[in-house]
Formats: sequence, C-alpha cells, structure tokens
Amino acid sequence: MESARSHRKSIANDVVSTLPLYRSAPALEVRLEDFTLFAMDRLRVLKGISDGLSRGKKTEEMEQLAKDLWRANMRHPQASEVVNKDIISHFVLRLVYCRTEDLRKWFLPMETALFRYRFRHETAEAQRSLMAEFDLSYKAVSNSEFESVKDKLCQVARSIGMSLPTADAIFYKVPFEEVPELVAGRRVFIHKGHAYVASTQVVSLVATQFRSHLSKALILTNRKWTSTIREQEKDRLAPIVEALCTSYLGPDYSQPKGFSEISLKDIDDLVKSSFPLCMRHLFEKLREDHHLKHGGRMQLGLFLKGVGLKLDDAIAFWKAEFSQKVGAERFDKEYAYSIRHNYGREGKRTDYSPYSCQKIISSTPGAGDHHGCPYRHFSEENLRAALNKMGVDGRAVENVMDKVQNRHYQLACTLTFEAVHNSSCDSGINHPNQYFSDSQKILQSKDGKGISTLGNKKRVPLLFP
Amino acid sequence: MTREEVEGGRDEMEIDGCEQREANAIPEGFDANYLKIYYGKLFPHADIYKWMSYGNDGKHPGCDQSYFGRREFSFTLENDIYLRFQSFYGAYELENSIRENCPVKIDIGPVYSVDPAKRRAYAQTGDNVFTPVERELIFDIDITDYDDVRYCCSGADVCFACWPLMTIAIKVIDTSLRDDFGFNHILWVYSGRRGVHCWVCDGKARRLTNEQRGAIADYFRVYKGNENSHKKVSLTGHALHPFLARSYTEVLRNFFELKLLPSQNLFSTEERYEKILDMIHDESVKSELRGKWQENRRSTSKEDINVIRWEQLKILLQSGKQKGQGLRRGIEEIVFSYTYPRLDMEVSKHMNHLLKAPFCVHPKTGYCPLLNNSQYGLPSATLYILAFIFQLCTIGTLGVYPLKVALFSISSVLGHVCVPIDPKKCEEFDPTTVPTLSKLLQELNMEGAKSEVENDWDKTSLGKSIRFFRTSFLQPLLKSCKEEIESSYKTKLQHSKNSINW
Repeated sequence: MESARSHRKSIANDVVSTLPLYRSAPALEVRLEDFTLFAMDRLRVLKGISDGLSRGKKTEEMEQLAKDLWRANMRHPQASEVVNKDIISHFVLRLVYCRTEDLRKWFLPMETALFRYRFRHETAEAQRSLMAEFDLSYKAVSNSEFESVKDKLCQVARSIGMSLPTADAIFYKVPFEEVPELVAGRRVFIHKGHAYVASTQVVSLVATQFRSHLSKALILTNRKWTSTIREQEKDRLAPIVEALCTSYLGPDYSQPKGFSEISLKDIDDLVKSSFPLCMRHLFEKLREDHHLKHGGRMQLGLFLKGVGLKLDDAIAFWKAEFSQKVGAERFDKEYAYSIRHNYGREGKRTDYSPYSCQKIISSTPGAGDHHGCPYRHFSEENLRAALNKMGVDGRAVENVMDKVQNRHYQLACTLTFEAVHNSSCDSGINHPNQYFSDSQKILQSKDGKGISTLGNKKRVPLLFP
Repeated sequence: MTREEVEGGRDEMEIDGCEQREANAIPEGFDANYLKIYYGKLFPHADIYKWMSYGNDGKHPGCDQSYFGRREFSFTLENDIYLRFQSFYGAYELENSIRENCPVKIDIGPVYSVDPAKRRAYAQTGDNVFTPVERELIFDIDITDYDDVRYCCSGADVCFACWPLMTIAIKVIDTSLRDDFGFNHILWVYSGRRGVHCWVCDGKARRLTNEQRGAIADYFRVYKGNENSHKKVSLTGHALHPFLARSYTEVLRNFFELKLLPSQNLFSTEERYEKILDMIHDESVKSELRGKWQENRRSTSKEDINVIRWEQLKILLQSGKQKGQGLRRGIEEIVFSYTYPRLDMEVSKHMNHLLKAPFCVHPKTGYCPLLNNSQYGLPSATLYILAFIFQLCTIGTLGVYPLKVALFSISSVLGHVCVPIDPKKCEEFDPTTVPTLSKLLQELNMEGAKSEVENDWDKTSLGKSIRFFRTSFLQPLLKSCKEEIESSYKTKLQHSKNSINW
C-alpha cells in the first residue's frame, strides 16, 4: 500500500505516466529468483483477467478487477522497484509465451486487456503523452466538421448509452482500420472510411497499437528463442521458461491421456454419464438432424478426439450420421477432409486442441448453430429443459440458474456436474474434456465400490488405473 | 486417390487429374464435354486474369510481376478431385490449365507471400514464410440461413417470394461498404444457386488484417440468436446506430411491409403469428393481439390479412400507453429479424477462405427445383436417352449437329452461371432467368454461322454479363490500380532519393 501511494504521487508531480510501453527489453540485472517470482505475480494478474473475461464481466467490472489484481500482486517493497518489476515480469512472460501459436494467442489479448485497463486509469494528460509516444498524433475534428456530423455522433452516443457530445467535445478522425474493436461494436460513426473516435474512446486506438507492437515483438522473440536463447540458456533460463507456462494454462487435451481410448459402441453410454451439457446437446442434435454446422463439428469433433476417439472411429461416427442427410459421397467429399484436418492429418498438420470453456463461452453461435456454451447461449426456458433432461432438478436447477444470471457460466456447469454426479468438484470446470475425465474418475471409483448410481447398462471399461 | 497425394506437386497433379478424367469420361461424359465448350468459347479467361493482376501485368516499373503468380486457384474436377494451391504465371497459363482440367468448380484464394505451388520448397527453409498477404474482402450470403423466416421454400431452394431477402442483403451491405467504409470496387455475384457473393477489391480492402475483417463482419451483425435461444435480434440502447437506422428506413421497412409480409404470409396462421408475438415482451399486448386475431379469423375483408394484422400490431406497440420506447423498438426488432442480412461470418473473417470464381458454372445438382417448373423441364427418361445419344455422337469428334440435338433437353441437369449482379439494379435480378450452361451452348449453336461478332460470348446471353463486368467493375478498378501503382512508385522513388541525400 505504501509503495502504491508514493507511486501515485510521482505521477501527479511530473505528469509522466508509469505505464510502460515495453518497447525494448531493459538493461537490468535480475536475480534469478526475482525472474521467476515477478513472472508468477504477473501471471496471476493475467489469469485473473482471463477468468473475468470468460465469465462475461462488463467493462467496468473488468476495470475494477484488473485494478484489484494489480494491487494485490504487483507491489514491491521498494517503491523504486515497482516499475522495474512491471517491466521485468512483462519481458519474462514475453519469452515464456512467445514459443507457440497457442501460447501467443492467449498472452497477446491478456496483456492488451491489462494495458487497456491501466491506460484508462491514467490522467487525461498522461494519456495524451502516451498517445504521443505511440506516434498517434491525430488532429481533432474541426468545429465546422463537428457540426456537420453532430447528429450522427449523437445518434451513436445514444445507441451505446454514452453521454451526448457537447460543443467542446474532442473527436479524432482516424482510418477505421485502426479501431477495429470500436467498428466491431458499432461504437463509432463511420463515414467514407473514417471513424469518429471520441476522446473517451482513444484507449481503443492505443490498445490496437499496443497489440500490434506486441504481436510483432512476440514473433521476433520467438525467432530469437529458437535460434539462440534456448540453446544458450539451456541450463539456466530455459527450464524456468518452460515450466512457467504449463503451470498456468492448465493441461492441453489435444492428446487423450495415454491410458484412455473410447470406442464407438460405448459412446451413447458415455454421452449420458460423462459429457458436459454443451457436448451432450451437440451430440443429440447430431443424432436428431444428422447434421451439424461448422462450429458444432469443430467443438464436438475436437472434444471427441480429446476423450480418445480414434481417427478411423471418428470418421465412421460422423459418416454414419451425415450420410443419412447428405449421402456418403458428399460426406467423403466435403466433410471427411476437415475431420482428418482436426487430427492433424491434412493441411498444415497441426494437432488441434479441443476447445476450452473460455473459448466456447466467447463463441458467437448464429442461425442454425448448436455450438457454444448452453449456460450462456440458451434461453432460460431451453436451459431448464436441458438440465431436467440431464436429471438435474429442483433446488439444483435454481442454483445453476442463479449462477447463469450472474454470468458465472463455468460455475453453473460445475454445479451441474456436482448435481449429476452427486459429488463435489473442487477444481471447478474449465474444460469440457476435464469435465469428462473428472466424471470418469468419479464413476470408476464408485464402480470400484459397487455403488454406481449412473447409467444402467454395463460400465464402460475406461481406463483410469 | 487421396487429396494428400493431389497436393503433392503441380506437375504430377495435372497428369494424375487427366488420367482420372479420361478413365471416367464415358460414363459421365456429356457434362465434361459441355464444360469444355464453355471454357473454350465463353469463359472470360482474360478478364479474370486482368482482374486478379490488379494492374501488376503492366509495363510500369512499379508493377509487381510476381503478384498474379502468388494467387491461389483451386480446381474441383469431376469425381471430386480437388486441386488446391494452383498458381499461374500469366493469362495463357491460366487459360490453358482451365481448358485442360475442365474443372466443375474454380475457387479463388488469397495472394500468398510466395508462389503457393512452391510452398513446400519454402517450408524447407525453416522460416515460416508461406502466409496469405492479400485477399479481397468477401461476403457470402446464403438463403439457407433464412429458413426460419421464409415459408415458401427451404434449404437450397429459392423462388420469387424469398429472393427479395437477397436483394435486401445486397442493398444494405453495398451501401454501407461504399458510404461507411469508403470502398469503391465492389462486385456482387450470383452464387449459382442459393445466394450471393460479394468481392470488395479496393487496395485497402485487400490488405485488411484478419482482425479488421472480423471487425467489419461484426459491424454488420445484429443477428445474435442461435437455435436454442429464441431472441433473434436484440436492439438495445436509446437509438439505433446510424448504419442500422439508415438500413431500416431506406431498405428493411419497405421490403418487409411491401414484399415479405404479404408474399411470405407472415401472419396468416396461428403458428406464424405466434412466432412474431414471441418477440414482444409485454404480455398484455400479446394477449390483446392474440384475442383479436383468433376472433377475426372469419373476417371477409378484402385487404390482405397479413397487412391488417401487422398494422394492428404496430398501432398497439406505438400507441405509447404501454411502456414506450422498449415496445416501439419491438417493431424494429421484428422487421430486422425477418429481413436483415445474415452473413456467413467465417468466410469474411479469414484471409485464407476460398470463394467460387465469378462465371463458374454451378456444378450439376441432379435436382434443381428452380428449373423443374420452367419451360426446359423434360421427363428424366427423355433426358437420359438424349444424353446417351449425345454421348454416342461425341465419342468421335464434337460435331455441331448432334450437339444441337441433345442440347435443348438437359438444362435441368446443368446449373447456372455465376453472373455478376448490378447492385444498382438488384431488384431486377431474377435468379430463374440466369443463363444456364445448356442455354448458352444452344444460343452459341444457333448463332454459330454468324461470324461478324468478335467474341463468341457476344452471341449469347452471357454477353450482357461480361460487358457489365468489364464496364462497371473491371475498368474502373484497373484505372485506380494503375494510379495506385504509379503513386506508390513515386513515393518510393522520393524516399530512396531522400535517403541518398541524407
């Protein structure tokens, strides 16, 4: 607390922001243990932000959350070291998360989000100086131009619940390409390729810049890592770097856990006993319609791969359904490729990972789509019906709905898991494949004691020792 | 043959492809032969080449001579053989390959950092340099995505009653691309059967990142519902964004009230009007309307029942004695739900998505309801016989006379040509009169003797489409490409001069 206070004072004194842009790595000496500890602290912040986003928290809630997380984790006993800790931890994580596409895909938006929330806490003056540092020297829209588009600007403001622009409001006219998120949310007026950005929205401009700088830097760092650093540091930093990312991203479910493998004949039983609602729903729709759209095929297909459905079985499985609708020939022609692709046998031959809850929750299913997270994307009515079908009722349904209303979708899924299995799930549900394996563990142990409560047919020989 | 092998290398591929085709030529032959004539005489190879070169085929020192050669083309041959990552050095090579392979479908992909046919060789060098660098901003709108708001057809079928949905989509998206985003070179194409494609070809559109493409696609998205939540369109806030407001007043409202409301009979049955009532939040309004409509079932008014009911609903929602704003917004939500364009988002968001080339012939579909009712429809038995006669005649040389015999009969088997649509006159576009392969060949046959016209396509109804493509799209596009190349070359010179001085 001490440090935080003195810190803020220094901002007030000389209007220099303490928000670094991380343009180049600092020439600092760092103790090896700080190297790890700082990085862990920053990871806690990023992980907290990631959780908050996956719960669908609103911008204001996220800002508060980021502020709290930063305060809780990024302090340093010596005030002078606070900025250094910030910079060092960023560069360590850059090294950790530059190494694969998946790691970069997680790190880039999280760091950008963090930057955005911190930027918004800066004073207007500090914000301007940061903009200048980014070379964002846009001229404000002139008075006469402002008058000519004022109606439209008011209309936009009203449509997004912002206060109406006053006569002295400052707007910047920028190419729409530079504010993609404002365009995506229809939060700006766009005319002939230019977006009119309100001064309260410049954070988007800056964040876009920050993101693109960091994105390029990650690629460069990755090249350096593979070409020199990994070898040079193989006894010192490399093990630390490699350990740091796995400790926080959770397990990767792209390969079924060695011992497990499921076969086609068991699949219907497994759906009933151990599939989370999102997958169960996709599966049932597939059986019903003999078809799923792209998003559904990806979400269910990769999940099935993760629980151990072999490629040949997967093709047989999808073909059995799809050929009823589109015919075997069209299946072979249009769909088989993408299944092999998911298994890394086509195209760029990446072994794709099953989708995590976060990814599923943030997806945007449209007309005809059945993928996504039921807790987020179903209407209340449909969700209740689906829960009843899973055997969840009474009080438990109300508890689940309560979490849903507060946008705690993963907690809602966790409660469902607990109700279905009549057993607690302390770790929470973060991944559909984790739901599956946790479910199997419980069923196995119950089986062992001969008190299986779920599924009336034979127990699937599944594979947890 | 698996696709993997096909991807191997271009030289082998072409040989493999030919063998496959010839081995199968007799059983399914007539199709390929018709296409052969089409690609030989009608398909505008040179225009496609000009377009895809974007001015880089000129003599100006600023031209990037490798540009066209880095573009991916993808062919679908008969027997479902896919040839991906095809690339060509020039117009001649492109035309030859199309004539030789006679693809049932040609797709156009992005421009890559290196020649896509040689991507394997580059992959060996370690640096992952094979990546898309340019791609038109594309949109794909498919009538099948509207199945919950049309009662005339379903799936891939279209008719006069539901085609206006596509007209709306063209109007709304085209206006916004030009007025909001400032794009000028936009090509709309009938996708051959069940929708439309849009190609935005301005330089700055081609260089958009995936994120920026996603932002534009999201800007166009109001349809938030999926199959499991009935709320389809959610318009929040105290006003509509200017783009939505303009779309509503200039396009959606009129099309809804004048076209779709009566032609789709949106209020004619209980099931249908209940679906609309579902979108209203106020229970008392709902039950009032429901009561009216159940009673008035036997009314004999001359006015269209759908129009009457819609007016009643509007009056009640607008009357203001209810909760004002929210309810009035309800009218807009209903109109948006039933009319607003539904884009296939994924196609627009990623640079490496393939899209069928204009002037392709929609592959044969077996059953084409559009044509079944048309004058061309013949009983299938006749068809087979004629096809058989045709095969006999064409085993030797492709005689003109026997061609004529068979031609008039097979149009219900062969598909439509993907012709451009003029967005300024998109109301006039009629998918049922789009030229089909067989119609074109028939026209060609009739006009065969006349040799005064320069191009074969001028003898056919395709001529109009190609002329439109050239004058309204290609020529203005190439003009601005040329200017862009010249000005960027000038700046480059200026830069290098400056750096020398320095």
